[in-house]
Amino acid sequence: MAELQFREALRAAIDEEMDRDEHVFIMGEEVAEYNGAYKVTEGLLDKYGFKRVIDTPISELGFAGIGVGAAMNGLRPIVEFMTFNFAVLAADQILNHASKVRYMLGGQASVPIVFRGPNASAGQLAATHSVAYDSMYSHFPGLSVIYPSEPDDAKGLLKSAIRSDDPVIFMESEQMYGMKGEVSEEDDYTIPIGSAKVKREGDDVTIIASGKMYHIAKQAANQLSKDGVEAEIIDPRTIKPLDIETIVKSVKKTNRCVIVDEAHPFGGMAAESGFLIQREAFDYLDAPVQRVTLPDVCAPFSKPLFDLWLPDAKQVIDAVNTVTYRN
Amino acid sequence: MTKKKSEAVFTPIGSYSGENDRVQKSVDLPEATKKKHKDLGLSDDDVIEMYNQMYLQRRFEERAMQMYQKGKFGGFLHLYIGQEAISTGTVFALNDDDDIITAYRDHGWGLVRGVTAKEGMAELYGKATGCSKGKGGSMHFAKTENHFWGGHGIVGGHIPIGGGLAFANKYLDNGRISACFFGDGAVDQGALHETLNMSQLWKLPCIKKKNGYSMGTAATRHTVGEIYERADGYGMKSAMFNGMDAFTVYENMKKIAKEVREESLPYFVEIRTYRYRGHSMSDPQKYRTKEELQEYQKTDPVERMKKYILDEEILKEKEVEEIEEKVENEVMEAIEFAEESPFPEPEELYEDMFSGTPHFHDKK
Repeated sequence: MAELQFREALRAAIDEEMDRDEHVFIMGEEVAEYNGAYKVTEGLLDKYGFKRVIDTPISELGFAGIGVGAAMNGLRPIVEFMTFNFAVLAADQILNHASKVRYMLGGQASVPIVFRGPNASAGQLAATHSVAYDSMYSHFPGLSVIYPSEPDDAKGLLKSAIRSDDPVIFMESEQMYGMKGEVSEEDDYTIPIGSAKVKREGDDVTIIASGKMYHIAKQAANQLSKDGVEAEIIDPRTIKPLDIETIVKSVKKTNRCVIVDEAHPFGGMAAESGFLIQREAFDYLDAPVQRVTLPDVCAPFSKPLFDLWLPDAKQVIDAVNTVTYRN
Repeated sequence: MTKKKSEAVFTPIGSYSGENDRVQKSVDLPEATKKKHKDLGLSDDDVIEMYNQMYLQRRFEERAMQMYQKGKFGGFLHLYIGQEAISTGTVFALNDDDDIITAYRDHGWGLVRGVTAKEGMAELYGKATGCSKGKGGSMHFAKTENHFWGGHGIVGGHIPIGGGLAFANKYLDNGRISACFFGDGAVDQGALHETLNMSQLWKLPCIKKKNGYSMGTAATRHTVGEIYERADGYGMKSAMFNGMDAFTVYENMKKIAKEVREESLPYFVEIRTYRYRGHSMSDPQKYRTKEELQEYQKTDPVERMKKYILDEEILKEKEVEEIEEKVENEVMEAIEFAEESPFPEPEELYEDMFSGTPHFHDKK
């Protein structure tokens, strides 16, 4: 195992895949000469040159579409968005074209493309820069949506995403790029898309959390442990396809579940997982499933309001106390 | 309500935008080429094949329209009638492995790029034997093995994709170019402008072309200035020519394609045409004047080509009739084929979503 920052793990995945397949290239705002807005692509321009590491204008719709066309015509683009909050401008290309072209042409085209970049909030950036989009993209058939929480997951899953023959949304976080973690040094290390991971074992409650929320869940679990409550944390890693079997298996063991989701509450990963758990594990539940999400309100700028808005460990502990009737 | 120019606070009113209510055509058509086919490097057989193609596109759509009116199939039916010179002239000018992508008015492009009349008609009927297996319908004809990437339904949405096809060709250095077609309506989409900028910036070997008449709004009512001049803002080469004459399209496209291929440069082309029928079958032709229609019918591209073939004595009248009869039979057989073909099986609902391992959330 090697200790890598999240960004280094991502870079290693991109580097290895670009080295392995000359059809892989990366484009996005500031990815080349500036070495990446968050330095994920640092050094790639020097290694692969201007043909394969391409700075784009601030034209999310246009370069996302050029990526889709290039993917249809034989290449494997990695399209970086400075944040998925800006990818909203490219939504027509992702939702109407990348995800649908193959089906509507009766299987005559493939779109092996990765759209990647940071997701959700990154501190006090106000309403338009703070939304978690993983649940929204998961709504659309044809897309895989990955939101890893640790460098090892990030590396293994990004390599799988780049090799996927279908479009993948790969989400990161500005606040996790510097986070360090052990990363497998296994040769050509990949993690299959669609498999959750039990990241902490426990018998008292299941906490489901991915991406940045995994770390909130972990803080909560450590705190709860001091009070004698052992939480099992499931990191779905892939929001879609969702590994509901692993989740249900854990819930059948702990009989209680809290879902932590960085999205707003309506129709999100928490809502969907909660529905599936009640259907698949109804007889095993000792308490209604609880969720911790953003409130149904825009991100505020002001620090006290922002802290109130973003899910934190205290909210997770409260939810665990609710399902364990300790409140 | 009487429309008065003075009341046009935001959008200019109607097709009477000239002085003294003079009728203005939606486009002014430039002169067609004076060159004969041999001057353009086309053989007699090429010309016969061009006519064959154009007549097929015309009869396919006229019959499709009849079947649509009879309620044989649903969905939209956007006709290409009147624009056959563009698809035909272009496909003859490009190499067979050059990439073509278009918007939803795509039947003509499909037919000229190898979608058979049977596959096309079956697609309109939503049958499993259609070119897109009944998954796409009228708006999504495609034959990707022949480098025809479809028929796309979002106005302007396919334009960046056309740029991407060119991007891949340049990246792979395969000598191919791409051509992306769209209607008047798409020129106001931001997707076009983002793609124009990046195509010029990255010197993508592509030709972006607009033609026609948007849904029900004459160009003078939705677009400022001459369309082809929009390329100037991007430092892009541009051209504007007659799209009712297949030889004119061929001559210009041949020259442009050569330049695009050799120089690896984008080109913005305005091909002026006139659509004979409304936007789709549910769209009455109220927005076009009778004079406007009659004047343009004189320049019908199919009639024009037929007249040329007879005037130049490439074929005798009887031989032309034989071609027409053959095409008519081909179209009627296509209708029979479409009607007799099976609909997709229920399990086909879940097919063609993924190239790799399929995944469907909560599929029973």
